[in-house]
Amino acid sequence: MTNSARAFDPKLLFGGRFGGHGGRLGIVYHDHGDDWVELALPYHKDLIGDEASGVIASGPILALMDTATSIGVWLKLDAFKGHATLDLRIDYLRPARPGQTVIGRGECYRITRSIAFVRGQAHDGDPNDPLAHVAGTFMAVGGYW
Amino acid sequence: MIPYARLLGLEVEPGDIAPTYVMPFAIELVGRPSFLHGGAIGGLLEMAAVGALKQALAAEGDVRIKPINLTVDYMRGGRDKPTRARGTVTRLGTRVANVEAIAWQDEPDRPIAAARINYLIVR
Repeated sequence: MTNSARAFDPKLLFGGRFGGHGGRLGIVYHDHGDDWVELALPYHKDLIGDEASGVIASGPILALMDTATSIGVWLKLDAFKGHATLDLRIDYLRPARPGQTVIGRGECYRITRSIAFVRGQAHDGDPNDPLAHVAGTFMAVGGYW
Repeated sequence: MIPYARLLGLEVEPGDIAPTYVMPFAIELVGRPSFLHGGAIGGLLEMAAVGALKQALAAEGDVRIKPINLTVDYMRGGRDKPTRARGTVTRLGTRVANVEAIAWQDEPDRPIAAARINYLIVR
């Protein structure tokens, strides 16, 4: 899709790659629209939570969805604004399949002056077979506008 | 310790009822500049909750637990110092366990984040 008329481009965020915790987990950009982003979390042995099955821990999926929903807010706002997660609720619908890349889609469906409301889903190949669902809120210390 | 716990750099302090997990500050755990990533704090809370539940189930032998859902409240920014977390099993049922966990840096009564987690228990 065309986003040329918009100011905020998540591909350019942090020079196109995530530093810090997102970078350590291996999170990369996948796709985006006007109020949503999709990030990818490739499978890696360092993420494993159950060594017998090779299934990754739930923490990296939480981090993926926290990051994706945060970027979703900046897309809806069409600007970068410093903010913090106020709360995040995640339903673990099923384990991620070992070896599969997890795609996390974060969307912002409402912003008020102080609070942004977000939701999202994660899957590992088929968007119609999600593995996690999230809902949460972010807060901009100085207000979103 | 599982690979993801090593990624977070966790250390375990045993406790009578539940262990305390310590997560030293690291650049690899940062989200917004100089603050811990919410996902790293959430991951620590989940590890603390699992640790508390496994200790509560220790006498039973081979029991599998699966997280159903998790709700995290973020209360304060995670700063450049060690973060500790401990879980509390609120109710241990036949099929479901309700677990809470808090994370703090200075004092346990000044939490930086708290979580409620429901687990499915497969006996």
